[in-house]
Amino acid sequence: MRVVIAEDLFLLRDGLTRLLEAHGLEVVRAVDNGPDLVASVIAYKPDVALVDVRLPPTFTDEGIKAALEARKEVPGLPVLVLSQYVEQLYARELLAGGGGGIGYLLKDRVFDGGQFVDAVCRVAGGGTAMDPEVIARLLARNEGAGSLATLSPREREVLSLMAEGRSNAAIAQRLVISERAVAKHSASIFIRLDLQPSDDDNRRVLAVLAYLGR
Amino acid sequence: MRVLPREILRAPARGVGLFGLAVAGLALVGSVVALLVYGDIFLLGNLRGAGNGLARGILAVAAVVIVVSLGLPRALTAMRRLANLTRRLSREWCGVPIPEPYLLPAIEDSEGGSWSWSVRALGQAATWRDVGWMFLAPIASPFLLLPLAAPACLGWFLSLPAAQDSKPPALLAALCAATGAALYGGPWLLRGYGMLARSLLGPTVQAELSRRVRHLTETRSESIDSSAAELRRIERDLHDGAQARLVSLGMTLGALEQVLGRDEDEARALLAEAQGSSVKALAELRDLVRGIHPPVLADRGLVDAVYALALDSPLPVEVSNRLAGRPPAPVESAVYFAVSELLANVTKHAGATRAWVEVDHGQGVLHARVGDDGHGGADPALGTGLSGIERRLAPFDGALALSSPAGGPTVMDLEVPCELLLPKTSSS
Repeated sequence: MRVVIAEDLFLLRDGLTRLLEAHGLEVVRAVDNGPDLVASVIAYKPDVALVDVRLPPTFTDEGIKAALEARKEVPGLPVLVLSQYVEQLYARELLAGGGGGIGYLLKDRVFDGGQFVDAVCRVAGGGTAMDPEVIARLLARNEGAGSLATLSPREREVLSLMAEGRSNAAIAQRLVISERAVAKHSASIFIRLDLQPSDDDNRRVLAVLAYLGR
Repeated sequence: MRVLPREILRAPARGVGLFGLAVAGLALVGSVVALLVYGDIFLLGNLRGAGNGLARGILAVAAVVIVVSLGLPRALTAMRRLANLTRRLSREWCGVPIPEPYLLPAIEDSEGGSWSWSVRALGQAATWRDVGWMFLAPIASPFLLLPLAAPACLGWFLSLPAAQDSKPPALLAALCAATGAALYGGPWLLRGYGMLARSLLGPTVQAELSRRVRHLTETRSESIDSSAAELRRIERDLHDGAQARLVSLGMTLGALEQVLGRDEDEARALLAEAQGSSVKALAELRDLVRGIHPPVLADRGLVDAVYALALDSPLPVEVSNRLAGRPPAPVESAVYFAVSELLANVTKHAGATRAWVEVDHGQGVLHARVGDDGHGGADPALGTGLSGIERRLAPFDGALALSSPAGGPTVMDLEVPCELLLPKTSSS
């Protein structure tokens, strides 16, 4: 799998490159600013781009802008945005274009190499990887709203893992339950929240995110 | 100025009210003067013949001192109340707001006895300007009775027994015209009266400057205090939080080095612990940064930061923005934290089901309004949140106004004078 990285801090750029290569991914280009990222994704057509939010020249939300622009230049390009902090506002903007292949994670998640590479692969495969903190805040925001309160604690766990973008198999593994149990929970969640059930993992994630983000 | 019929109808009654107030002021000042003059004459008259000239002089001075010390604080306070009432009525009735000019706080709010307060009050220009107004008002206020007097004259004229040709149509027409003009001119008379009152009851340029200097001194020391406290809090948070985590991370790594190669399970456990420490340190740093200057505010500015606040709020919050540019960074930060605090109050106390935030800028003033559909009855005197917001806004001459009738809705309106910086276009 071929990856382009945009990260301005040398230590992190180097660390990310080593981490990904240790897991058998190929880093075809590592750049340190937004415009170079857009140029590289056009030139290299990678399977996924890893982008830091704060990049030169503005050191503000350059990464978000570059990610959205890169997706405009190369439609459907999977992009995983990394940041020291997560904002629902940015999550919304990234998801607003629709389609899959979007990730938005705290940089902390890199510490768990296996999980992180899993998220990279998920995004590269057109899936979604939302940071648990984004999901936790979305859930907190919907706390009072009727139908969410009717979910059982286990169903809430399944819902938040689902919103992060995990497949049934991954959820089952995480909660140490069977995949069939997860399927049962998710069916019940979709009925309670009055959502259109879907076998497609990604469409399911987007439906849940759209529901929480209303 | 557009004159509404309602105002024309109200003007005569208001004129009567202001006239009454002027009479009361004259009565007050007049009685003080009379007391001083006639009191002394009376005392001196009774003492005529008793003792020599020196003794009489001493007694006269003593009499003045007694009269003054007993009556002066009351008289001065009463005069100040009358003047303040005139200021309020000038704003409400004449449409001419008159700020209070006093550098000396009211007697209830100042330290020291009433005697020393009176002496200080007599040293204030504002006090003597009030006295001047007490004499001027009875001369000016009768004009306010014109809208009442003119129709009365007309009525009296019409009610005269119609003897032969005593009511020539020309005279009648002139009277009618004069009545109409007096009635229609009522609001203007009120306005003129208000402006006259402002010339004496308003602050002089010097008083304005003195107040400004005092305000700046106060807010400066408050903002220095609060930023020093803020720095101490940050130092403490770093010391107890991230710094401690990093120390523990170092120690865990040291322990890991000891067991490496000897006990793989133990090594794994220590590794997990080290990772946990670093994640927690990052989380604490993140929270700290959010409290100092939220990244989204730095990235996107006030409007998007407020929008991000709205997204994080458990209530549905509608944000409407009419800002064409960005306020200066310190103002942005103060307003952001103020709105954040207000929204937190709405969530905690208002019992609201929804809230809204409006940000706009006009005539050199940035406005932010936060409203909710809760039960209202918020009391600015309770809790420290609102005074904290006022302290935050004070260095920028900002102000916070709260309207929260029992039963709701609550609207909190904050404004900060500032210019907008035009949006940068060079970033992309």
